[in-house]
Amino acid sequence: MTKRRTWTYFLPYGLWLALFVIAPVALIVYQSFFDLGHHFTFSNYSTYFQSATYLKMTANSVWYAFLITLFTGLISYPTAYFIHQLKHRQFWLLLVILPTWINILLKAYAFIGIFSQAGLANQFLTFIGIGPQQILFTNASFIFVATYIQIPFMILPIYNALDDLNPAFVNASRDLGASNWQTFRHVIFPLTLPGVKAGVQAVFIPSLSLFMLTRLIGGNKVITLGTAIEEHFLTTMNWGMGSTIGVVLIIAMIIVMLLTGDQKSKGGTPR
Amino acid sequence: MKHKFANVYLILVFLILYAPIIFLIAYSFSQGETMTNFHGFTWRHYQTLFSDSRMLAIVANTLLVALLSALIATLIGTLGALSITRTTKRVTRESLLALNNVLMVSPDVIIGASFLIFFTMLKIPLGFGTVLMSHIAFEIPIVVLMVLPRLREMSASLLDAAQDLGATTRQLLTQVIIPFISPGIFAGFFMALTYSLDDFAVTFFVTGNGFSTLSVEIYSRARQGINLEINALSGVMFLFSLLLVGGYYWIQQASHKRRQRKREVAS
Repeated sequence: MTKRRTWTYFLPYGLWLALFVIAPVALIVYQSFFDLGHHFTFSNYSTYFQSATYLKMTANSVWYAFLITLFTGLISYPTAYFIHQLKHRQFWLLLVILPTWINILLKAYAFIGIFSQAGLANQFLTFIGIGPQQILFTNASFIFVATYIQIPFMILPIYNALDDLNPAFVNASRDLGASNWQTFRHVIFPLTLPGVKAGVQAVFIPSLSLFMLTRLIGGNKVITLGTAIEEHFLTTMNWGMGSTIGVVLIIAMIIVMLLTGDQKSKGGTPR
Repeated sequence: MKHKFANVYLILVFLILYAPIIFLIAYSFSQGETMTNFHGFTWRHYQTLFSDSRMLAIVANTLLVALLSALIATLIGTLGALSITRTTKRVTRESLLALNNVLMVSPDVIIGASFLIFFTMLKIPLGFGTVLMSHIAFEIPIVVLMVLPRLREMSASLLDAAQDLGATTRQLLTQVIIPFISPGIFAGFFMALTYSLDDFAVTFFVTGNGFSTLSVEIYSRARQGINLEINALSGVMFLFSLLLVGGYYWIQQASHKRRQRKREVAS
C-alpha cells in the first residue's frame, strides 16, 4: 500500500524527467543525423568539420566567451573581495543580486540607447575631446554588454567562497610573516579558487549561447554558437545542421564542466 | 590608503551596475522620443503604455504563464524532492540529482531547440500550451533544489514519532512534512516565478505565431529601435521586481526568525 502510494507521488516528476530531460537531449542528437530531406546521414557532421566558416565561427564564439569570462572575472574578484570586507555586506550583496532580477532584454535595450550615435557614451566621448564614435554594433560593445550582464553571476560564487574561507588561515599566514600580497597569492586565492571555477562555469557556457545580444548589440558581426543554432532552427529551418551545432555546444559544455571540476555551483544561474 | 582604493573601486562597479537601469527609467519620464536628451518631465509614455491594449494583453499572458507554471512546477518539484529523499540507494539518488540538474546547466538555446523538436514531433501546435509546458519544465529543477535542503534538515525521529503516534502516510505528509518544508516550497515558487518572467530564449523557440510574452515582445520592439514606451514598461517592471525581491526576502527573514524562536523555546 505505502509502496504504491510512493510510486504515484513519484509519477509526475518521473514523467518530467523522461519527457523533458531525457527525450529532448536524445532528440537533438537524433535530429543531428538527418538532412533537409529527412534522410539519415552523417553529412551534417562532415559539413561542420570540413567547412572553414563553421569552424571559424566556433573558434570565434569560444574566443569571445573566453574574453567575456576573463573580463567578468577580473572585475568580479576584487568586487567580491572588497564587499566581503564591508560592514553591511549582506545589504551590498543584495544590491549585486538586484540587477539580475531585471529582464535581460531591458538591460540590452538600455545599452542600445546609451551606445547610440547621440547617446550617453558618445556625449561623454565628445566631452573629453575624442568626439563621437560608432559604438553600437561593434565587437567591443558586445563584449562590454555581455560582461555587464554576467558580473553578478561571477561575484556571487566568489563571495561565497570568501565567506567559507576560515580567517584563521589568513591570520596564520600574517603571523608567519607573509606580506598582504603573499597572503593573497598563496593563501586566499588558492582557497577561493572553487568559487572562481563555479563562476567560470556560470559565465562561460551562457556566453557561448547568447544570441539576442549578438543581434541587438553586436549587429550580427559576432556569430556565437547560440546565434548559429537559432538561425538554423528559426530562419533557414535546417534543423539537422542546427542540432549538429547544438551537439557541439553540449560537448563544449561538458568539457567546461569537466575542466572546472565538479564544484557545486553556489550562485544563481544566469538567464 | 588601501581602504580608499577599495571604496572607489566599489563605487565604480555599483555605478556601472546601476547606471543603465537608472538611465532607462529616467528616460521613461522624458518628453522626447529618443534616449538622447532629457526634454522635461511627463507621464505620457506611461499613459501610452496603459492604453496599449496589445501590450496589456501580453503582460496578462506573461503573468498567467508565470503564475500557472510556477504553481505546477512547485507541485511537481516538491513531489520530486520528496521522492529523491525517499530513495534508499545512493546510486539512484545521485543519478536522479544529476538528471535533475541537466536543465539547470544547459544553455537556453539548447533547451529551446530541443523542446521545439519535441513538440513538433508530437505534433503539438505551438502557442500558449507549449510555452506553459516549457516553463514548467525548466522551473522544476530549481524547485527541487530549493526544497531538498529543508527535507535534509528534517530529522528522522520527527517522522518516527508521528508514525508511532498513529499518523497515516497522508497525515504524515500534510501535517508534518509539508509544514516543515514550507519555507523551501515558497522559495522554490518565487525562484520559479522569476525564472519564468526572465526567460527569453526558450520562449522565443516554442512560442510560434500569435502568442507572445513580454521578453519576446521587448525583443521584437527593440530591434525596431528606441521607443520610450519600453522605458515606461521597464519602470513598471523594475517596481514589480523590487516588490518580488522584497517579498522573497521577507519570507526568508520570517522563516529564519520562526526557526530561531523555536530554537529558543527548545533550549
